[in-house]
Amino acid sequence: MTTNLQTVLRIGWHKFIAPIDVPLLIICGLILLLAAVVMGSAAPERMGAHLRSLAIALMAMRVMAGIPPHRLMRLAIPLYCFGIVLLVAVALFGDVSKGARRWLDLGFMRGQPSEIMKIAMPLLLAWFFHQREAHRRGRDFVVATLLLLVPVALIMRQPDLGTSLLVLAAGFYVIFFAGLPWKVLVGLLVSAVATAPVAWSFLHDYQRNRILTLLDPEKDPLGKGFHIIQSTIAIGSGGFLGKGWREGTQSQLEFIPEHHTDFILAVFAEEFGLLGNMLLLTLYGFLIGRGLMIAAQATSLFGRLMAGAITMIFFTYAFVNIGMVSGMLPVVGVPLPFVSYGGTALITLCTGVGILMSIHKNRMLVQK
Amino acid sequence: MRHIKDDAVLDKFRLRLVVAAGLVLLCFVLLLARLVWLQVVQYAYYQTRAEDNRISLVPITPSRGLIVDRNNRVLANNYPAYTLEIIPAQTENIGHTIDQLAELIDIQPGDRKRFKKLLAEGKRIESIPIRTQLNDEEVARFIAQRYRFPGVDVKARLFRHYPGGAFASAALGYIGRVTDRDLDRIEDADQEANYRGTHYIGKMGLEERYEFALHGITGFEQLEVDSAGRAVRTLSRTAPVPGNNLTLTLDAELQRIAEQAFGARRGALVAIEPATGGILALVSMPNYDPNLFVDGIDSASWKDLNESADRPMLNRAINGVYPPGSTFKPFMALAALAYGKRTPEQAIYDPGVYQFGGHTFRDDKKGGHGSVDMYRSIVESCDTYYYMLANDLGIDRIARFMGQFGLGSRTGIDLSNESVGVLPSPAWKESRFKQAEQKKWYAGETISIGIGQGYNAYTPIQLAQAVATLANDGVMFRPHLVKFITDTRTGKRELIEPKPIKTIALNPEHIKIIKAAMVGVNIEGTGARAFAGAGYTSAGKTGTAQVFSLKGAEYKKHSIHEILHDHALFIAFAPAENPKIALAVIVENGGFGAQAAAPIARQMFDYYLLGKKPSAPAPVVLVEGGVD
Repeated sequence: MTTNLQTVLRIGWHKFIAPIDVPLLIICGLILLLAAVVMGSAAPERMGAHLRSLAIALMAMRVMAGIPPHRLMRLAIPLYCFGIVLLVAVALFGDVSKGARRWLDLGFMRGQPSEIMKIAMPLLLAWFFHQREAHRRGRDFVVATLLLLVPVALIMRQPDLGTSLLVLAAGFYVIFFAGLPWKVLVGLLVSAVATAPVAWSFLHDYQRNRILTLLDPEKDPLGKGFHIIQSTIAIGSGGFLGKGWREGTQSQLEFIPEHHTDFILAVFAEEFGLLGNMLLLTLYGFLIGRGLMIAAQATSLFGRLMAGAITMIFFTYAFVNIGMVSGMLPVVGVPLPFVSYGGTALITLCTGVGILMSIHKNRMLVQK
Repeated sequence: MRHIKDDAVLDKFRLRLVVAAGLVLLCFVLLLARLVWLQVVQYAYYQTRAEDNRISLVPITPSRGLIVDRNNRVLANNYPAYTLEIIPAQTENIGHTIDQLAELIDIQPGDRKRFKKLLAEGKRIESIPIRTQLNDEEVARFIAQRYRFPGVDVKARLFRHYPGGAFASAALGYIGRVTDRDLDRIEDADQEANYRGTHYIGKMGLEERYEFALHGITGFEQLEVDSAGRAVRTLSRTAPVPGNNLTLTLDAELQRIAEQAFGARRGALVAIEPATGGILALVSMPNYDPNLFVDGIDSASWKDLNESADRPMLNRAINGVYPPGSTFKPFMALAALAYGKRTPEQAIYDPGVYQFGGHTFRDDKKGGHGSVDMYRSIVESCDTYYYMLANDLGIDRIARFMGQFGLGSRTGIDLSNESVGVLPSPAWKESRFKQAEQKKWYAGETISIGIGQGYNAYTPIQLAQAVATLANDGVMFRPHLVKFITDTRTGKRELIEPKPIKTIALNPEHIKIIKAAMVGVNIEGTGARAFAGAGYTSAGKTGTAQVFSLKGAEYKKHSIHEILHDHALFIAFAPAENPKIALAVIVENGGFGAQAAAPIARQMFDYYLLGKKPSAPAPVVLVEGGVD
């Protein structure tokens, strides 16, 4: 009797953990552990909420890991269209919060539809190139670019520069891995640099201010420059070993704005020093390395593109956020991946990890 | 089995992965270099800065700019009052402290709510009010017990005050506590830093429109704080810069006379200086006391204001839309001349009714006016003349001509949320209605447009602008309330330049004819009684706007409930030969324009041109029925 029950449980357990990639899980687990530690210092009152969204995010990870890539591909078009419809709806009826139209109240839920695009965009493009694999033409890149620019333009109009850049990057990585000719890539880089002054004139005032503030934060010590000044002070004063958990004066005296969301790295860096930062960067390095390995070993074009893009998205999150908090990049709303408080981002990221796992576990099944 | 081609593709892909990995590595090295720079190389510097960060910046709210009339009479200022404030960082148990304070001083649940909200938003080192506007006795009671409450103190703060009470509320508006929507506005204007420490913001009227000019620049105090965040001493202080002062085109005395003239009646009045577009008086009655809003209005007063049938919160001057009634006629006559549809001498015969498409349009005068030329049509306000004229002009010409005078479009007055009104046209009807049957314009609808009824609906500010433009021979100005803004620091004045928006192409001869007829109105016509013995020449036109149409029935005033009485209107300017003031006045449910509205205009002109002050609300002049 007991043996029977044990067998059932064991089989169930095996089924449950089967799609999970252990190295990825360990790396993510360590980052999430660090996140919980720093959350305990930055915003202990939000610990409960943080753990709740973490639980949901981990479930999302497990669910995605269990969906084989060929089934996932079927979601590409509906998810993309759904995302576009929601973005248009936001533009028309969205709630204005802090001067930007980003939220949509659907009655039963309130969410930021732009978040969906972070997954839907690479998914659609990876599916698209997968379909065109046998008879690839140069024109495909043009079509892919157009498919990418529609949501990016919609999100940029909200205006939400951070998210639109992330979606743009997500789509771009797919196009890059799909084999965008080097000549075009170099041409794009050159023209991007050349058109920067034109782009400047299209930015919103607040976006320009953020860039100007980056160059000279002391100019606006009570306003925008305050974020950068305070976060660099926090990081710098952390030194090599840091001031110790909950000992950061910058963090605890509330000099750091948004210290549990986008600027959480400043709290971490102040309390755990360069040593902590190196640990965090190493963990991100492992995560990205594992992701690129999964991409390299993937057998279908879809798997390769999707895995490559998702991994590079993790990198982009981390680079942009750390760069911004340490005063290297302008302030855009990009969270520190797996660490910042905020359920939506956490779920998106864990969904990405789940997809990586699924691609890896199913690599044998789709082999020709 | 794999093809060689597949391998080549895979190799290409892997090359790209290597490139991506290289990029990652490069970027991470950059980040690491930056972190090493901050945390190792510059460590000592940032260590000191963090120590210095024991210095906290606390905002000092600037005093809000004053609002004065054209003769420097103060309409909005600030007065000091005591507030009880708590610095959270210096208070052990805030909830307990407030409970103890409540034993000394009356603290309402609303006060606690606001405090909680401000506490969540602000920094723990900033002083947060728990009670505002303490009276002397309360201050004394607290001071005696102050030793018991570390971190709690009485501070003198400036509060907005409107010395005239409800006076000119439609123009001034009011300020109130900052809400989430205001925060969005502040963020959109990129003013977050400047609004740190500001708890009040303009909500309506000039206070809202000129918020960022009135606010001033927030100063700050550098405080040294200990490791627990307690202020140890003040290191330096950057004084706030008071907000800019607004000097209005408004004449407070004229405004007062206008408001008194209404007495207890509802309505609106806008008086404009035709040569500049400067608004001399802007009245919406009943008015309300903006002082009620300054520190958050109590729910009972709010309910009173909002649920009153008289709707005091409605700014009738810019948001009330009324049919212009017969005040439309001078403009119709001008259109007739402009399009060559009538000559001044051409007379029609008015039998008292006008038949069109099987429908009978009645003239107000029983039996009709007989033979009527253009002059008499305005002086006596003959409806039949305009029924016919409307039919001859057609709706398209009427809409085009009236549109030039700004009717049916926002005037651009410096107050927010101005209403558009309705300039009827087939295109408007097409977009306004849903069903195909309703979308169609019927020729019969044009007829009543001719006497200012039908779909016609304009705001008093539009009517005032139109009559001012007529008085000004077609040169149109944007109506505005602010004459100049004074920078309190430099004393420099930013003048609101009275630039003409446009000049309507009109034949000066035609204007002369219309003006002469409007002068006739006040000498021998419907306005004669109100303007008897005025001592100056004025031009006017009475109007009566139907609130609802009485099909076939005789209009008997006393038999209908008061709110169904017609609206009384009057447009006028004076002196006729060199207009210094033009106005439009509407008395809701006042009956005939000649009775209720024209006497208000008389009081205005008497004061503005002759300096005569009336002693009582404008009288209702009795005229024989059926003049308008």
